[in-house]
Amino acid sequence: MDLSVINPILLFAALMSAATPILLAATGELVVERAGVLNLGVEGMMILGAICGFAIAVETGSPIIGFVAAAAGGAVLSLLFAFLTQITLANQVASGLALTLFGLGLSALLGQGYVGIKPPRLPDINFGFLAEIPVIGPVVFSHDPILYFGIGLVAAVWATLKYTRVGLVLRAVGENHDAAHALGYKVVRIRTLAIMFGGACAGMGGAYISLIRVPQWTEGMTAGVGWIALALVVFASWKPWRVLLGAYLFGGITQLQLNLQGAGVAIPVEYLAMSPYLITIVVLVILSADKSAAPGSLGRTFHASH
Amino acid sequence: MKITTLLASAAVALGLATSAFADGHEKTKVGFVYVGPVGDGGWTYEHNKGRLAVEEAFGDAVETVFVENVAEGPDSERVMTQMALDGADLIFTTSFGYMDPTINIAKKFPKVKFEHATGYKRAENVSTYSARFYEGRAIQGHIAGSMTKSNIIGYIGSFPIPEVIRGINSAYIHAKKVNPDVQFKIVWAYTWFDPAKEADAAKVLIEQGADVVLQHTDSTAPQAAAQEAGNVITFGQASDMGQYAPLPRVSSIIDDWAPYYIARTKAVMDGTWESVDTWDGIGAGMVGIGEISDAVPADVKAEALAMKDAIASGEYHPFTGPLKKQDGSDWLADGEVADDGTLAGMSFYVEGIEGDIPN
Amino acid sequence: MIALEKRPEPSRAFSYLTPVLAVIATFFFGGLLFAALGKDPVTSILTIFWEPLFGEFSFYYRPQLLIKGAPLVLIAIGLSLGFKAGIWNIGAEGQYIMGALFGAGAGLAFYPSENVLIFPFMVLAGAFGGWLWAMIPAFLKVKFGTNEILVSLMLVYVAEQFLASMSLGLLKNPEGFGFPGSRNLQQYASAHNAEIIAGSGMHWGVVAALIAVIFAYVLLARHRLGFAVRVTGEAPRAARFAGVNPNRLILFCLGTSGLLAGLAGLFEVSGPAGQVSIDFNVGYGFTAIIVAFLGRLHPIGIVLAGLLMALTYIGGDIAQSQLGLPAAAIQVFQGMLLFFLLALDMFTNYRLRFGRSEAA
Repeated sequence: MDLSVINPILLFAALMSAATPILLAATGELVVERAGVLNLGVEGMMILGAICGFAIAVETGSPIIGFVAAAAGGAVLSLLFAFLTQITLANQVASGLALTLFGLGLSALLGQGYVGIKPPRLPDINFGFLAEIPVIGPVVFSHDPILYFGIGLVAAVWATLKYTRVGLVLRAVGENHDAAHALGYKVVRIRTLAIMFGGACAGMGGAYISLIRVPQWTEGMTAGVGWIALALVVFASWKPWRVLLGAYLFGGITQLQLNLQGAGVAIPVEYLAMSPYLITIVVLVILSADKSAAPGSLGRTFHASH
Repeated sequence: MKITTLLASAAVALGLATSAFADGHEKTKVGFVYVGPVGDGGWTYEHNKGRLAVEEAFGDAVETVFVENVAEGPDSERVMTQMALDGADLIFTTSFGYMDPTINIAKKFPKVKFEHATGYKRAENVSTYSARFYEGRAIQGHIAGSMTKSNIIGYIGSFPIPEVIRGINSAYIHAKKVNPDVQFKIVWAYTWFDPAKEADAAKVLIEQGADVVLQHTDSTAPQAAAQEAGNVITFGQASDMGQYAPLPRVSSIIDDWAPYYIARTKAVMDGTWESVDTWDGIGAGMVGIGEISDAVPADVKAEALAMKDAIASGEYHPFTGPLKKQDGSDWLADGEVADDGTLAGMSFYVEGIEGDIPN
Repeated sequence: MIALEKRPEPSRAFSYLTPVLAVIATFFFGGLLFAALGKDPVTSILTIFWEPLFGEFSFYYRPQLLIKGAPLVLIAIGLSLGFKAGIWNIGAEGQYIMGALFGAGAGLAFYPSENVLIFPFMVLAGAFGGWLWAMIPAFLKVKFGTNEILVSLMLVYVAEQFLASMSLGLLKNPEGFGFPGSRNLQQYASAHNAEIIAGSGMHWGVVAALIAVIFAYVLLARHRLGFAVRVTGEAPRAARFAGVNPNRLILFCLGTSGLLAGLAGLFEVSGPAGQVSIDFNVGYGFTAIIVAFLGRLHPIGIVLAGLLMALTYIGGDIAQSQLGLPAAAIQVFQGMLLFFLLALDMFTNYRLRFGRSEAA
């Protein structure tokens, strides 16, 4: 056992990258849930984003266009969920699960011709001398643009929810849709837009896996990340910065357990592998004192009765 | 009526059908049961390539069918039964977990031939086949030990099962032979399939000083991580992963089931099929060694190719004594060669590897 | 302008009609999908729906419907109680695994002695395992107000790691040449959940599912506890006035669903699956959530939904093999079926009204 081989700076830099797919997807889902909608289809939208992004990046040679396509793919798929839950008033839990099933199948169909191909690479941003600064350089200035976009997105969502009228309306719809409706807000329209935003974010999160983290296309490659993203939103008690914190914590625990293994620490691996989930539960218990957090209308069906 | 009688009568009917095709009137039907999707780019992908090779080899004389994503347990039994009912003459079941289901269903269809990959239970109409991937690992170990500068070789394992442990031992023995200072860092992913986790594992190993990463998982994620890090070499796994050549990927182990599948299908057509236990390696072409790229120094490449030939011809066995187990106890005496039984169930490290096998 | 208007009472006619309409719509769009993939749509759909029920080998597939459907129904029944009361157990998959581990462990502890009491003991152990795993989110919710959706979901991943650990360690078959996986319970007479009538597909898990359906039906229709479940879901505040103890209800609903999921795991591991292995769980716990909703959380509806799902799995595998349809196409097809069932269900509770424009 030799703990000195673990470099905390590199570990932190790595966890930022590892956390980005969950961060993107969870931030999107946060907006959806703040609007009062529970979409359990994150995994399905992520995997569809992963293949849309991959395919378009390969065809156009541009990873950035790939990410745009991934966002579009996720948003289009989420429209299906929006139609089911907002227009036909179907149960959100069941619709979300069905969406995941559908997304996994559809992505596999679309991806048939893309197995074994290497996608174009998205280079890290060149910060010049900044990247040379000890400690801060490798942690802060050595990443790809999407990672910074993810952090920026958290900030933007936070600011929008907190300071803008759009954010106020969104929260009002999520807290009490009947009251919001009475005030003349278009509940269904606002929720549909929120769902599409969530889909776009999830799609980008998926594409981050297929274009940057892995990068390749294989069926089912998101391997359950979407579920983690869902957990993260509640873990963060619907607060954007806590999503960032949670994503880093979650990514960090996984990184740490792999690092400990590499350092030869004799802890049973399977218990290390389950540790992120157990720690999430512990944190949930600690945070559960904060009961005011959940949006009041979360998961409830809205129908404007007259 | 009892289902066993029904199945038996169906099997009799099939038996008649089987004799009918022997006159050249009917196609030979070959079924494949896959545990993953054919688009997994790894294990199932390669088995499916073997299936396509069978179609190519026999053209209209065969018909192949497959079902993908079949869970082990009752689902696999149902899929096998269905293929047998639909008139399959030969069924390949391509995952270890199909072992007991294959034996169960083979009992009900004595006329249908079954081939189970990587298991150890056989019957009158059930053969087993597996590949000696550890032969390829020996060559990887040799190249890795010769080329490492940091003397740290990273190894990504899926689950601690004999197959994986055998590969680690084989690679270690041959790395150690050319480089006594070499050290193995082993990370268990505890998943069969999670490309993102494989990427993480590779990055961690590289950060901890490994400049060679060996993988016993099937995605290209570690290749990409190595490429990004630079100055790290890797080996393709399951498929050639040639898109990452010449660096980081310097060679590969390729699962090549085609020769075996073609031979066994031929045996059924000729009526010469018998239950056998096949464990083939480089010699029979079941384990392919991908082209060794120019990134490997010429002398190392020559040695590696010589080792490949020696293994292929049976002249050299990767597990040849003197070898000790990790705890220092004797395993193989000088010149002694490991028997297949020990290799098949290998659950110990050889001397020099640090750390414990989980559980 | 088209508007939705809530019916004063759910329409009986539509509650029967919508599933039929949904299936027809799925046939149409699924047919288009299959045609786009170059397959004959009519053959494809007949293969999926007709072949297992009435085809040449239906004598084999019909019992398979029970084998595939029983765990789905058993789990979904338990879940539906909680869902009705607004208590969300998403982690049945984990409870299913723990039931199998406890049950198989209890049986294998006695290997190789034979005794008629071993199997009943395993049933108890399996039920206990599932119950225990569900009591963790239940206890945390009651004690700390922790969200049960997340805790139960997280525990699925924990259970999966336990499963891997057990398959490679404690429960590994000592005569298995070092390979992962436990002894096969099918070859251990006292622990084998064999078919009660050979070839009928009828094993103890199917019996348990039927009992659970009856139990749930009676509970919801007749018992005070069933009333508490219903009223809590519909009007939580009213429930409190009616004297419902919410904590006790949480413990009951999560406990029951865990218990039934644990039983499903036990019956599966000791019967159709036979052994504990790394990949023992195949998603029944998640599919059962869909089954519960498709069945409108009604016991009889759940039976029908469970059998329908089982049919698409079995027919889907046949279509893959006979027609070369990719598994992904079957998944998309199943997704479509769910979408249509969910979407058209609207007509049970609402009706369309044309004409007068209104702000919606």
